[in-house]
Amino acid sequence: MLNSRIKTRQVPLREDAVTSRRTFLRGSATAAGALVIGLTLDLKGARAAGGPDLSKAPAKPNAFVRIAADDTVTVVIKHLDMGQGNTTGLATIVAEELDADWGQMRAVFAPADASLYNNLAFGPIQGTGGSTAVANSWIQLRKAGAAARAMLVAAASAEWKVPAGEITIEKGVMRHKSGKEGRFGAFAAKAAVQPIPENPALKDPAAFRLIGTTLKRLDSDAKTDGSAKYALDVRRPGQLTALVARAPRFGATLKSVDDTAAKAVPGVVQVVRIPSGVAVVARDTWSAMKGREALTLTWDDAGAERQSTESQAAAYKALADKPGLVASQRGDAAGAIKGAAKVLEAEFSFPYLAHAPMEPLNATIERAGDGSYDIYAGSQFQTIEQAVAAGILGTTADKVRITTLWAGGSFGRRATASADYIAEAAAILKATGEKAPIHLVWTREDDITGGYYRPAAYHRIRAGLDAKGAITGWEHRIVGKSIIIGTPLEAMMVKDGVDATTVEGASDTPYALPAYRFEVHNAREGVPVLWWRSVGHSHTAQAMEVFVDELAHAAGQDPVAYRLGLLKQAPRLSAALTLAAEKAGWSARDQKPGRGYGVAAHESFGSYVAMVADVTAEAGKVKVNRIVAAVDVGVAVNPDVIRAQVEGAVGFALSSVLRNRITFKDGEVQEKNFDTYEPTRMSEMPKVEVHIVPSAAAPTGIGEPGVPVLAPAIANAVFAATGQRLRSLPLDVAGLRGV
Amino acid sequence: MTTLTLNGRTYEVEADPEMPLLWAIRDHLNLTGTKYGCGIAQCGACTVHLDGQPVRACQTRLGDVGAAKITTIEGISGPVAEAVRTAWRKLDVVQCGYCQSGQMMSAIGLLSDNKAPSDADIDAAMDGNVCRCGTYQRIRAAIHDAARSLA
Repeated sequence: MLNSRIKTRQVPLREDAVTSRRTFLRGSATAAGALVIGLTLDLKGARAAGGPDLSKAPAKPNAFVRIAADDTVTVVIKHLDMGQGNTTGLATIVAEELDADWGQMRAVFAPADASLYNNLAFGPIQGTGGSTAVANSWIQLRKAGAAARAMLVAAASAEWKVPAGEITIEKGVMRHKSGKEGRFGAFAAKAAVQPIPENPALKDPAAFRLIGTTLKRLDSDAKTDGSAKYALDVRRPGQLTALVARAPRFGATLKSVDDTAAKAVPGVVQVVRIPSGVAVVARDTWSAMKGREALTLTWDDAGAERQSTESQAAAYKALADKPGLVASQRGDAAGAIKGAAKVLEAEFSFPYLAHAPMEPLNATIERAGDGSYDIYAGSQFQTIEQAVAAGILGTTADKVRITTLWAGGSFGRRATASADYIAEAAAILKATGEKAPIHLVWTREDDITGGYYRPAAYHRIRAGLDAKGAITGWEHRIVGKSIIIGTPLEAMMVKDGVDATTVEGASDTPYALPAYRFEVHNAREGVPVLWWRSVGHSHTAQAMEVFVDELAHAAGQDPVAYRLGLLKQAPRLSAALTLAAEKAGWSARDQKPGRGYGVAAHESFGSYVAMVADVTAEAGKVKVNRIVAAVDVGVAVNPDVIRAQVEGAVGFALSSVLRNRITFKDGEVQEKNFDTYEPTRMSEMPKVEVHIVPSAAAPTGIGEPGVPVLAPAIANAVFAATGQRLRSLPLDVAGLRGV
Repeated sequence: MTTLTLNGRTYEVEADPEMPLLWAIRDHLNLTGTKYGCGIAQCGACTVHLDGQPVRACQTRLGDVGAAKITTIEGISGPVAEAVRTAWRKLDVVQCGYCQSGQMMSAIGLLSDNKAPSDADIDAAMDGNVCRCGTYQRIRAAIHDAARSLA
């Protein structure tokens, strides 16, 4: 259904791209299928299995590089920058091949046009996610920069009447030994008419001068004087602000509405029904809020979700008592555990989590004079948003333009297969007669109670150890609601009932387990779920890394040494773990009652991250003092942006380790705003040190991989400090006894 | 009609005196550097100065502003503001950047009263400003850096 509306070039993702350890995704070489594969498969794995060959993309300097007479070089950024710094990263790649000066580099966001700006890891879809921005653009933008460079050189060669091979470029200045010298701007027009080289020579990485160095972020200036424009800042002539009253329970439908009082609120212009509720359209945000409060609504709860957090937890545990669908297996795990010298068993529970980006969801949409449409948004899945809006407005996707703006965070929330909030904006525009531009705004309460949460999950693990402490077998059952099942992507994406986003990071563990069996139960409930920064890894890493720590302890071995013994076939993760342990002073750590160090290592999205946490724990209290991280992301394009992403991952995830949870009572979300769903604050922020493992491998991503290791590193440190194992998230800090 | 003095200029705003100052600034004066984050004074994204003191614009009624001089991120000036902005840029503090107007307004307020804040002073002054991207380590370093440059 989704596919049929997407008018795009088909770039087939070869079927064997999705085999290897994840055979269940086979045969998904379709538009939406490729999208989700891109999101859930790391690029390294996809490439190893013969996935999208990023080096085959043709050089497209005109799509990505604009050189102006004033000597500025503008890179067209095809990705959403929600804070992860990809604008700086992508511009660095072009500047490197162009031999530009960093000071002349600028960036603009690309229009929605999947024929030019598709994410090569997603197939034919323009979109951002899965920590793929730099990874999928790496060769594409190097080629674009190298082609532009060759065209500048060709123009100078013709003008100066010297061989192209004798022209050098350094920091944006072209020179010939004859003394001739010129800047890009002077040759921009002549370069533009040069033939585009199909396969321009790329630099030897040994000659990189910008990549791997610290460059000033391109967005620092605009984001420190109030001038950076986010979607919430869009002001179109005559625009009206719309808020939507939605059902308090997921799945409920509107029975009746009395909007008399709402319409009497000064500033309220119109009240309209749309599929997700009742929209109040007003001259400003405050009036829309007052108008919405004045609505009298009754809901039909016949199809509504009525669960409570407690009943859900009981249902998940009951499911885990029964065998599930097999996600991966090797040998006879049950037999290997039965014959073991020692058997350990543990369970882990994880709550729903809201993304809570600082800028709440919002978008402006308007009809242009020619019957086409403009959307202004922090757009994360441009191609899907075009298709969904076009479907609602009765037009074709090519008639829907999207202006992508800076996004005030996302953490996954702006990327839905349903384009949920864009669909609401389009529905309100349609219901109001397409007269005035409509700015749909979600309040913070709408955001926290609005669903699309990180799925709740329950893990139960059993493992056997032999007399020497070596693992004999591992049985692991995961219960959680699939992100894909129940969406239009299910038929294409889910094979044999297994959704990779539920089990990734567990069923494909790099630990050498002689026998294992990973099973999954797909819980079915009416709460919409979604990828939350690091997706399945946000819970699987906690289960894997805490349980491995327990095994190390049971084996009487050092947690770092024990892991390294299991990672002999995983050299990059081993190297990250070794570096983190060394930089943290692991072997000489000062442990005493109430003060502990914990470690965790995990691969996600093709990147390898290890963390050591230093915590102080006492009855009812955990304070994280210091985090030492080591990361291997391949070539470190912008080391300081990488460090910032890991520092930020700690700040982002810490509140989910310590307290955040979305809970339900009779189907209603109990948390409403930052008072009850409180993000990390300044006084809680530990000191974070980030070390980068030198690597010549193709760059991967770092938007997400810093998140999964934080919780287990802290939980393991709390154990070291107190002897108490806190397995579930958020950690039961209140239940900690004194030491 | 409410008269406001904002960033050194006088504005007439035709709006309900109950309206939070935040929405008057954003929707009526179209100055969008001041952000909405929670509406209940839990995140600090809307921080502006009233007579030099940081306040949450989402909890300040338009009708209560009176003759107080309002300063937003677009209107900050002087040595403290410059030191803060310079430090923020030097250390590349921002990620998504959405909360940073409020962070800087709180930091300017802190450094205007306390030329050499300790880490505990920074905790106390900045704990009301949420950064969901988790840039706190750099915010702290930037405040110390700005303090050093002002010394």
